[in-house]
Amino acid sequence: MAYYPGCSLNATGIEYNISAKAVAKHLGLELWEIPDWNCCGASAAHSTNHLLGLALPARNLAIAEKEGLDVAVPCAACFSRMKAAEMAVRQSPDMKQTINELIEMTYNATNHTRNLLDVMANAVGIETIAEKVVKPLSGLKVAAYYGCLLVRPPEIAQFDDAENPMSMDRIIEALGGTPVEWSFKVECCGAGHTTALPEAAAPMLHNIFRNAAENGADCFAVACPLCFLNLDMRQSEIKKKYSAGYNLPVFYFTELMGLAFGYAPKDLGLNKHFVNPMPLLDSKEILRHPSARREEA
Amino acid sequence: MERLELSTALSQSRQFVANLKKASQVDIRDCYQCGKCSAGCPLVSAMDYNPHQILRMLQLGQVDKVLHAKSIWVCAHCATCFARCPKEVDLPRLMEALRIEAKKRGIIKEKTVDLFSDLFLDSVQKYGRVHEMGMIAFYNLKSGQLFKDAMLAPTLLANRKISPFPHKIQGQQAVQKIFAKAKAMGGERL
Repeated sequence: MAYYPGCSLNATGIEYNISAKAVAKHLGLELWEIPDWNCCGASAAHSTNHLLGLALPARNLAIAEKEGLDVAVPCAACFSRMKAAEMAVRQSPDMKQTINELIEMTYNATNHTRNLLDVMANAVGIETIAEKVVKPLSGLKVAAYYGCLLVRPPEIAQFDDAENPMSMDRIIEALGGTPVEWSFKVECCGAGHTTALPEAAAPMLHNIFRNAAENGADCFAVACPLCFLNLDMRQSEIKKKYSAGYNLPVFYFTELMGLAFGYAPKDLGLNKHFVNPMPLLDSKEILRHPSARREEA
Repeated sequence: MERLELSTALSQSRQFVANLKKASQVDIRDCYQCGKCSAGCPLVSAMDYNPHQILRMLQLGQVDKVLHAKSIWVCAHCATCFARCPKEVDLPRLMEALRIEAKKRGIIKEKTVDLFSDLFLDSVQKYGRVHEMGMIAFYNLKSGQLFKDAMLAPTLLANRKISPFPHKIQGQQAVQKIFAKAKAMGGERL
């Protein structure tokens, strides 16, 4: 399968890249990184120039199509932009022609763009994931946070429910953890507004933290580098602003998979988080080897 | 309350509405003002007009008022409204089209949002990929908040989550061409 990491996975979302590659390999899923890929343009491109927002992702899709490969995309925002380009080309011969002129390549949208969460939950499959678990995430109560572009608009995302998605919850369950029921799993985290309009974004983040904590979550699982950044990097700032007492480590769902598959935390990038996840993992005895636990018992 | 000469406003906005439909695929007549979009919008408290009000204003021909609204810059395109709309009105796309047009007319009601996307795109155009650290440094410089998030930088640098150097791709020129052509093709006014 072709792999489009996107800009964040080389920078602020580096743990996602590390853990995604590790667990994919562990599951026998071969990821071929699209050579010389370019930025998808994110919201900045489509809210500035509609064609630019379609042509930038189309160039990457065209490179993967040449190899006859579907594309796995770990970032929710990149996924949304790539899928929008794919559908624009598939639905309109005129648009296809325009985009091909823009990128000076042939792109027929014969391949499919899939979110990495969809690939793991539905192509690899929950049973295969469960079979690989050697260190179950017992006692870990996780709020699966999907955010917006992973499941919306439903016409674009197409792989899970737009209001109550369950794929990440099912993966957490397969890993031996406990997905919590909570109300903010698809609320927007504020995206780039945490930088550009922090006053507007702060209450959005606070609501997400508060609702997860109120429903008993110990931590979050996410599938988007921007969601991760906002939840992990901004948490101490929001806690201070609202005098809130929660402390909720944030994990990429691939990091949780890696932990349950027996990988060491640093081999998944867990040492790079702002909210240190180690005390929580220690308290749940998740990192201790099963045999050590047996001896004590 | 202000008086609105409806027939004049509607006849004057006819062309605008037709072009808006072309740019966004949204027919503003589809909206029956149920208010579900505004009820679920996570950014409504930061908006001057609620999403359903923006649509109502368009239905009443108040084009200028809509193009001067902060709301079209505040929308984060999270698509909660679109997913829930009983009439499948693609509001994020409408907001996007309105914002593009407002910018063309030089009406920029949230300068930081505009600056953020401009700098993001500058980075993509220059290197082919976003250079996160360079973009944020420019953003702080140009928005006059020199030390915004500065306390986060040491941890990000230590963990190699940001790099002082951009990652350039070989296809930089191909990307620059895409920018130039898209710009040349997208100059149409509403």
